[in-house]
Order: sequence, then structure tokens, then C-alpha cells
Amino acid sequence: MGLYILKRCLYGLVTVWFIATATFFAMHALPGDPLAEDKAVSPEIRRNLEQYYGLDKPLYQQYARYLSNMARGDLGVSFTQKNRSVNDIVAEHFPVSAALGCLSLLFAALGGVLWGGLAARFRNRWPDNLIMLCVILFISVPGFVLAALAQLSIVEINRWLGWTLLPVAGWGSLAHMWVPSIVLGLATMAYLARLTRASLLENSQQEYLRMARAKGLSRRRIFWHHELRNALLPVVTVLGPAVAAVTTGGFVVELIFAIPGLGRYFVQAVQQLDYTVIMGTTVFYGAFLVLMVLLADIVYGLVDPRVSLAEADHV
Amino acid sequence: MSAFGLLVSLASAQVDYDTATVTLAMSTEPPSLNSLQSTDSESFFVIGHVMEGLLQIDAEGALAGGVAERWELTDQGARFWLRKDARWSDGVAVTAKDFVFAWRTAVDPKTAAPYASVLYPIANARAINSGTLAPATLGVKAIGDYQLEVRFEAPCPYFLGLTAFMTYMPLRQDIYQQFGARYAAEANQMVYNGAYTLSRWIHGASLRMDKNPFYWGRQGVAIERLDIPYITSDISALLNLYRDGQIAYIPASLDDQTLEQALAQGERIRLYSDWAVIFLEYNHRSGRATAHYGLRHALQQVVDTHTIVNKVVTTPGNRPLYSIFPSVIKGRQQAFVTEHPPQPVLMDLEQARQELSRARAELGDFEPLVMLVTDTPESLKLAEYLQAWLDQSLGLKVVLDKQTFKQRIAKMHSGDFDMVLTAWGPDFDDPITYGNLFASWNDNNRGRYHSEEYDRLVAVADSTNDSLIRMDAMAKMQQILIAEAVILPLYERAKPYLMDPRLARVVRSPFGADPGFRHARILAE
Amino acid sequence: MSELHYQPDDFEALPENARQQQEIPPGLSYWAKVWLRFRVNPRSLLSLLTLTLLISMVLLGPLIWSQDPSQIWLESRLQDSQGGLVAVLVEPELWQPNIRPPVTVPARPIALLATTEQVRIQWAPLADVRHYWLYRHTRMPQDKDDVGLPLGYSDTPWYEDQLNLKSRLYVYTVVAEFTDDTQVALPVLEVTPQLAIGLSSARLQGLVAESAIVGDTVTLPAHPLGTDALGRDTLARLLLGGRTSLFIGLIAPLVAVFLGAIYGGIAGLTGGRTDEIMMRFADFIIALPFLLFMILLKVLLGIGPGENGIMPMLLALIILGWPASARLVRGQILQLRQQDYVNAALLLGANRRYLLGRHLLPNVMGVLLVALSFAIPQAIFAEAFLSFIGLGVTAPATSWGTLSNEGMRLILSHPQQLLFPAACISLTVLGFNLLGDGLRDALDIQMQEGPA
Repeated sequence: MGLYILKRCLYGLVTVWFIATATFFAMHALPGDPLAEDKAVSPEIRRNLEQYYGLDKPLYQQYARYLSNMARGDLGVSFTQKNRSVNDIVAEHFPVSAALGCLSLLFAALGGVLWGGLAARFRNRWPDNLIMLCVILFISVPGFVLAALAQLSIVEINRWLGWTLLPVAGWGSLAHMWVPSIVLGLATMAYLARLTRASLLENSQQEYLRMARAKGLSRRRIFWHHELRNALLPVVTVLGPAVAAVTTGGFVVELIFAIPGLGRYFVQAVQQLDYTVIMGTTVFYGAFLVLMVLLADIVYGLVDPRVSLAEADHV
Repeated sequence: MSAFGLLVSLASAQVDYDTATVTLAMSTEPPSLNSLQSTDSESFFVIGHVMEGLLQIDAEGALAGGVAERWELTDQGARFWLRKDARWSDGVAVTAKDFVFAWRTAVDPKTAAPYASVLYPIANARAINSGTLAPATLGVKAIGDYQLEVRFEAPCPYFLGLTAFMTYMPLRQDIYQQFGARYAAEANQMVYNGAYTLSRWIHGASLRMDKNPFYWGRQGVAIERLDIPYITSDISALLNLYRDGQIAYIPASLDDQTLEQALAQGERIRLYSDWAVIFLEYNHRSGRATAHYGLRHALQQVVDTHTIVNKVVTTPGNRPLYSIFPSVIKGRQQAFVTEHPPQPVLMDLEQARQELSRARAELGDFEPLVMLVTDTPESLKLAEYLQAWLDQSLGLKVVLDKQTFKQRIAKMHSGDFDMVLTAWGPDFDDPITYGNLFASWNDNNRGRYHSEEYDRLVAVADSTNDSLIRMDAMAKMQQILIAEAVILPLYERAKPYLMDPRLARVVRSPFGADPGFRHARILAE
Repeated sequence: MSELHYQPDDFEALPENARQQQEIPPGLSYWAKVWLRFRVNPRSLLSLLTLTLLISMVLLGPLIWSQDPSQIWLESRLQDSQGGLVAVLVEPELWQPNIRPPVTVPARPIALLATTEQVRIQWAPLADVRHYWLYRHTRMPQDKDDVGLPLGYSDTPWYEDQLNLKSRLYVYTVVAEFTDDTQVALPVLEVTPQLAIGLSSARLQGLVAESAIVGDTVTLPAHPLGTDALGRDTLARLLLGGRTSLFIGLIAPLVAVFLGAIYGGIAGLTGGRTDEIMMRFADFIIALPFLLFMILLKVLLGIGPGENGIMPMLLALIILGWPASARLVRGQILQLRQQDYVNAALLLGANRRYLLGRHLLPNVMGVLLVALSFAIPQAIFAEAFLSFIGLGVTAPATSWGTLSNEGMRLILSHPQQLLFPAACISLTVLGFNLLGDGLRDALDIQMQEGPA
């Protein structure tokens, strides 16, 4: 087990290196000039700027410096946020994205299991059909449409009430977090609901449930204690990737709700060709993703005795 | 505070008469508050409130004394007498040395200040910036603590206006050196001499400015606090915040949709002319079809600036543009274009078609032409109109090259376009800031237009402080621009915006913090 | 321990499709069985029908609705559904009214001319006026702030408004600003301009014959779903956008799945060291944060002048999309290789080609088909997302994502500009999701789909 985790960590490191390298070269192949400003930059100033950012060195030297800095955890200085390091930016804005992501995931997990459970409980009757219809609708509507509609609804509700029930945009208090995280979590919730339902239905054919029924346990008890518990296993496995998806996928919600998350910075950085921020953010997110998948695998191994971690490696 | 209080307290707080607080939003986080590193209007908005240069913009949008009490401008240089009661936010006096330090640091190549070039009118600045002279040789001298003497490289009639610009703001040597590269990265890592101090800065989320208790003009500052709890550029989100009573002002210009909404609500729409001109710049490099006058002349006769203003851009306040000089810029007494009206171009489809077919005959096969454009919705709308219209009217094939802002700039710089949809905003309050754009030596002349006569006229305007000679030279530049169809002028921009009617004397100016709250008042209800 | 109790509740009817499944006659081919199982599921059939409709609408639509999606009609900007409006032909000319006031001084501002090309207003001059400010509203002003759009000012007692005029009610307010800084609002003027089109413009667009003269009327083209901000026909753009979106949404996953299948097939069949290295590389790609790299790749591949940006979008989707199916296929092959019947076949001297065709392909095909139907919505969403942040296709091409992005900005005044493209995206995604569900059930495949 220890060896396995060590191996996985090592493998994760190699993956992060791959991401870092891919990003670095993608970055330098990007057309455009990171030092360009609205007004022309005189040749003198341009030379000074290139020296300042080390862009006057050959590419391999820049790459070496980039890797060694990264190994020391230094992601460099932003091109546009002139006196902030990328570390500052990540440290300050990732927690925002993470908070948003966690809340939306909590919402998605609770909602997903609840609706999925209900649907399975009333399988093939009208509540099931209704729930599944809603769920599939949530998967099918693009996120930015949902986000815009949600924001518009808040404004209209506030106007109708005459006082501010929920803030329209911004960040800072719990009140700011509800709507964006619900919007962000809807797709994941829908997905989890489907998964839970499918898993429950599949489990319902298992022998141990027949046994439990045979023992005369109440239906409710069987459902909550046996069926649901076992059906949740697959749900746990997708949580890892889901955390990453939700945390890194919040661009749109962050843009529309004016949330100072890392995603918004990334989109901005791409538009402004802020090399260091693009590389830093991508590598950070890549590492985060790798870590999440690793954790999910380990947790799954601990939760489900049928899975042996050493074997999982080969599948 | 209870959760309930948390919810309710948010309601309608955009302008608070009792505490003299104004709540605002910004469209993006200020990239840098180091006055030497900043180049953008968001940073200038904050820096212009927390720092003050020798001169400042007053309530009428005109130049007035800032740290300097009195000044004198000659062909050779300028002299400033500083007020003795100007203080930094830690109580230390603002002296001439703070300006000398700031300006020398700005042109020092090690600083790599992107806007170092605005100091080039000062003697030796350019040479220092290119590393051939030492920073100490800059043509600026402190005479005692309260006098500053500046020597020019050449006459600079607009120098006073430059001293209100952010790169000219003073810097405290001790503080600047104490924080090094992190100077101005956080609210507590800098020191202020303006009407406000930055009391809180949570990156990407919020800023707060409070009245500076050491500011010499504090009696004249009515707004105690500028609170900025929202940072977003999404215009619908901003309008939603405004409608919800959360912000007192919308920091972006309204588009058709948001205008319509604001109108439906009975909001008072205001217009701000930001002095920017939008035009199509041609590539004049040899070998390009657009270097051919006949082709440019054909386009000039079918693209009507009135149609663009009224039917394509459609937001109110934009004005037709006939050359590079907008109607807002002043000449000697009145507007420059009133004193020197541009000769109108007649729309003539038949003539244009003939001219185009002649051009085709002379140039051979040059289509499609490449139109470089930034990927913002406004630019794309205009570009798509031009593309469709040139096809429809002249049968001229144009393809769009849609790029992000930085890529567009890079392509403009390398000359990789036939025409580019671009904009120009003024650096200072003098028509030459538009006129010298097409001097062959100007780095901003991306189409590389080159004309001996035009260069001569720019040199004439730059050689003297005599406004009669200068305006005359610029009137001739205007003639050349139209007669040779050097560019295709599209329109002069205005930005429709909303501001809480309880606010008064908020200054909007392209040369200072915009909007400026230094002189603002909150009206009693 | 109690004895067994069965209650009526413990029994339930087998679901419809379960009963059907048992009626499938033996001896049918694999795909025939799949189709039998598939077609009894109403949701699957419905989704198949919807998708067929959507695709044929997008492909055949332009044959029926032949308006040019790039044609600009500045006379009909931003209109809601309409079936062909009648416009009068005008020839705009420079207005130079007599400086002297008219003989009969109008008591209130009057409109001398009111078409959508120009509205000319004149009023009685007042003494000591610095400027007359002009405002235009779409309803009666309620208070002094509520006067409408500021149009500009005039120093003379007349004004010509040409700004963004439509054939609807306008209420003009003239505010006189005197030299002593006081202001007085004149009585309002209500005007409904007549829809007009410039003669030369109408000729240029081929709406009228050369012989047509000013004052004639002409019927403008109908726009069943309205027009956008440049007067382009929404229906035509929706059809054009659909071709782009569906093209990207179908081709990218198809190619990605195909390439992935080959890659995974080679890895799985070769096995050993090669397999390990190949799959490690695939894992690297999977580990890349999808949206971030989608953005990066999109910018990296760039859109050259005159290109519509479809290729870069396809490439980016393929580069990031293939490893998932590579993994699936490899997994299937490894699984099959351990099956007894395969070993038996090998023992019986079956060659590889036979094995591939008889056993491997049908199994793998099923998995791939399902993977495909889930990859398509993802690709369509990715396209919409990139368009939303401004990295979509370029004019003259358009896509549902680009159209929704444009519609987003008009959500309040012209909601259908968002509604139509967004509904198309949702329907397609919905269709493919349901199709995938149906296929999975029919093929009886246990698989993990990735989170949406």
C-alpha cells in the first residue's frame, strides 16, 4: 500500500512535469507579444522590459530557469499585475475558487443523492420521470445561460421584494455564495443523480437485498441502510474528478457573478498574454487535478474492500 | 451582526449622505498601483485619487495646481513652486526631491517603466532610458525643498498637462526602496500624497479609499470614503448591481441592450466623450494593395461615417469623424475642427466603383484584403458591417483577422495586415497628440504612412510654442489626411453611462482619474 | 426470526422493456438484437427522432429558407419575428433649413418629417439660449430625469435625428439651456416615424427596379425569427450556426474516437512495454485540465486571416479528446483476451483477423458508440463555452455558441436572440444524452461516463 502510494506520487510528479513542459512550449508558441501595450513601446523601453522578464535569453535557458524556479515553488512575477508574484495570485484567488467549488459540490452531492434516491425509490413512476427529466435538462443547458438567468432572477426578486434578499454579484459573505455555487453545481448534481439512480437500480437485484427482505426488514430500513449505502460507492469515486472539474470549471460563473476566483484570472491572463500567470495557473491546476484523482483512488481503495489498490494500477 | 442583518444591510447603500460614502464598482482590478509601472485607466483611476502630481484636473476638467502652487513655462523648460503644506500620508512633507527621484527612476532602464516615453520631453530622458547616459543627468533639478526646475529637450507647449499624468507622480525614495519590487503590491506597501489613501485592497475583490487626513486640500474633499466592493467588466452584471442600488456609477459604457433597460427604468443617461477616435488604419508599406491611393479613395467614397454613427454603432453621443482630429480637442479659442473645418468627402458609389476597377487593373489580383480586428463584440460588429458593406457596395472581398488585443498589437507592429480597426486616445490636451500619429518616426504609426510634407508639418508644430503656427500646421495635416485618404475615419467615441443623481461635480476626463471624485459632492435629498 | 411474509408491495411488474427483452427471438445477429432492445425504449426513439429532425433542418433548411445569413439590412436592425414590412422609398438629403423662423411660429416643437431615415424637428426660438438639448424617449417622461436618450444639442431651433430610428412611438423633449445656466423643457413631441429605406440602398440590395422613385413603397424581406443588431436574418443564421455547431460537435468526437480506438487497439494488441508507454502518454493528456488547455490550444492554433476558426476548434477538441476512447478500447481488448471463448478460438486456429472481426469489433463498437454519444454533447458545450469567452468561430461563419453569446447581451430586450440558439444547443445535447442512455441500455454496457 505504502509502495503503491509512493509510486503513484512519483507518477503524479512526472505528470505535473509533463503539464509544465507542455504549457511552457504552448505558451511560447502563442502568437502575440506579451509586452505590447495599447500605445507603442519604444525600442529602448522594450529592451528594458525584455531584460526585466528574462525574455532576452534563449528559449532553453528560459525553460531551465522556469523549471528550477517551479521546483522551488516559485511561479514567477505576473506580466500585467506588475508587482504581484503568481504565487500571490494563486494563494489569494484559488481559495475563492475552492470555496465556491466545495460549496457547489456539497450542494451537488446532497442534491444528487437525494434526487437520485427519490427517483430510484419511485422507479418508473411519475416522480422518477419528472426528476429525471429535470436532471437531464440541467445537463443540457449551457452553464452561461443558467448563470445569466439566475442573476437576472435575483435582480427581479430583489426588485419585487423591495429589499436585497441576495446580492446580485460580488464576493465576501455567505450570501454571495449561494446562487453561484448552486448554478455551478447543477450539472454535477444532475450527473450524480443519474449515477445514484442507476447504481441503486443495479444494486436492487443483489442477493443481500433479497436476503434482507427475506429477513423481513422494513422497506425503508432496507433502502436507507443497505441499498443506498452500497449504491453510494460509485458516487464516491467520481467525487475526486468532480472536485477538480468544479473548481477548475468555474470560469463562467466567476465571470458573470464577479467572483475573484482563479478561473477569471486565467481567462484574463490568456487574453492579455500574461505568460507567467497562464503557466503558473495551468501547472497549479494540473497538479491539483492529479492530486485529487490520486486521493479519490486511495479513498476508494479504503472504502471498498473489493478493490485492491495494487491491482487498480493495471486497469 | 445576525445573518438577517447581513442580508438587509446590503440594500440601497450606493450613496450615503450621512457618512459621505460612495459605493462603486471597477471593471477590472488595477494591474498596478506603482505609478511608474501602470499604463491603464483602472490603475489611473486609483492612483489619481491617492496620488497627486504637480498639477491636477479641477472640477471643470481644467488644469489646476496640485502639489505645485505656481509655475512658469518657457520654450526651454519649466519651473514649479511647490506648496509647503503638501504632506504624505505618514505626515512627511512632499518635496521637490520626491519628484526628482520619481522621474529619474522612471527613465532608469533598470526600472523598465513601460510609459517612460512620456518623460522624453525632459532633457536627456531618452538617452538615459536607452542606457547611454546616467539617470542623474536628467534635466530636472530640485532647488531647495520647494522649487523644481525642468529643462526640455525641445519646446513642449503641453508639458503642464503631462505633470498631471501618473508617470509624473512623486515617489518617496525611502518607502520605494524599502519595499523594492513589491512596492504598491498591497495597500500598506506604499505611501500616499493624494486626496485619499488606499485603506483596503483585497485583490480581485474589493478596494476602499478613505480621505487622506494629511492632504493639503482636505477641506475641499467632501466624499469621505470611496468603497469599491465589486470588480466585474460584465455590463449586464454592472447594470444589475446599479438597478439593485448597490453601486452609484457604472464603470463601463452601456450598450444598446443596457441602454434600453436603463431607459425603461427612467434612469438619467449621461454621455461622456472620452476623446477616443475609431478608424481603419491602412498598411502603407510598399507591396501592399492598401498603399495604392485609388483603392483607399474608393473606400473613402462608400464608407459613410454618419451611417456608422447612426446605424451601426447606434449608441448615443458618438460623432462623425472626418480625419484624425475629434471635435472635442481645442484649437486656439474654440474647437480645433470649428476653427479648421475638415473638407467633406462626398459619397459616390459610381466613382468609387470606377476607381476600384482602375486599382484592380493596376495592382492585379490583390483580394481578399485582410482586416485585422480585436475580438471584442463592439469591434466585431463594426468589422462585420464593413466586410459585408464593402462586398455589397463595391464587390470588394475582405476577410477578417480576429485576434486578441495583444495579438492585434503584435500584428500591427509587424505590419501583418492590410487594414486594421483601431482606436486612438490622447496623451495630453493638444491636437498634436492626434496629429503626430502619422509622423514617419512615430512608433504608433503602425501603417508606416510616410510623407515628407506631413513629417515637415509635425516638425513645425513641435518646434515652437506659437499656437498660430502650430494650429496652421495641424490644419494642413488634416487636409493631407483627407486628401490622401491616409486613414478611413469611422467615428468619435462617446460613452453612455449611469450615475446616481445625488452625486455632483464628478469629473470625467481622459487626462486624470476617471471618474474623479476629488471634487465631488453628495446632494442632500 | 419471523417467517417469510410477502406483501403485495413486494411484487412489481417487470418494466415494459424488460418484458420485451425476453421476447427477443434467438438467432438474430448482435446488431439486430441491439436494435430490438433500443426501439422499445420510447425515450431513445424520441431522441433519435429529435436529432434526425435537427440535423435535417440544419442541412436541408437553407434549401427552403434561402436568405443569405451574412446579408446586412440596416433598415431592419434588431427586429422580432415579422413577416415582411412595407417601407417607403426616400432619398436622404442634407437638411439646410432657412435660418429665419417660419412665418407661423409653432407653439410647440413640430416634426417636419418623420421616417426611420430621419426625423426633423423645429420649434420657436427662445431668447438668450446657449444650447437646445435633445432627448428621445420611448414613452411619456415621468420626471425631469426620465427624458430618455440624450441625442445631442443644437444651437439653432431645429434638429435632425437619425440615430437608430425604428418605426415606433418616440417622445422628443427639447430642453433649452439659457446663458444664465437655467433650463426649461419645451412641450414634448410625439412622433412615430414611418418605416423607410434609402432609394440607393434599396436599389443596391435589389429590392426595387431601377425605375422606382422616391415615394414608392417596397416590401422588405420577412424575418420569421427576427433579425440581429446588423439586421441579419436570425433564422438563416441559426441554420448556418447549426451546421457549424453540429459539424464541430459530430466530427471532432468522431475523429477523436476513431484515432483513440486505433491508438488503444495498437496498445492493447501489442501489449508489454509499448503498451505501457503508450498508455502513460494517454494518461498525461487526460491529466491536462481540459478547459484550460482547450483555451490555450485554441489561442495557440490561432485563426488566420479569412479563416473561420472551425479547424482550430476541431483540432483542439481532437487533441484533448482521443485518450478517453483509447483507454476504453484497450480495456475492452485486455478483457477479451482473457475470455475463454477467445482462447478457444485461438486454439482452434482462428487467425487474428477473424478474431478482430468476429469478436473484438462488435464488442468494441458498442462501447465506442456509447462513448461517442456522450462525447458529442461535451464537444458542443466546449464550442459554446469558447464562443462565450470570445474564442469562437469568426465571421462570416457563426455557430450556436457564438449566437448565444451575442444573444446573451440582448437577453432582456430581445430574449429570443438567446432563446433560439440556446434551445438548439440544449435540444441537441439532450438528444445525444438520451440516445447515449438508450444505446447503453440496449448494448447492456457498464461504463463510467465522465462528469459533465
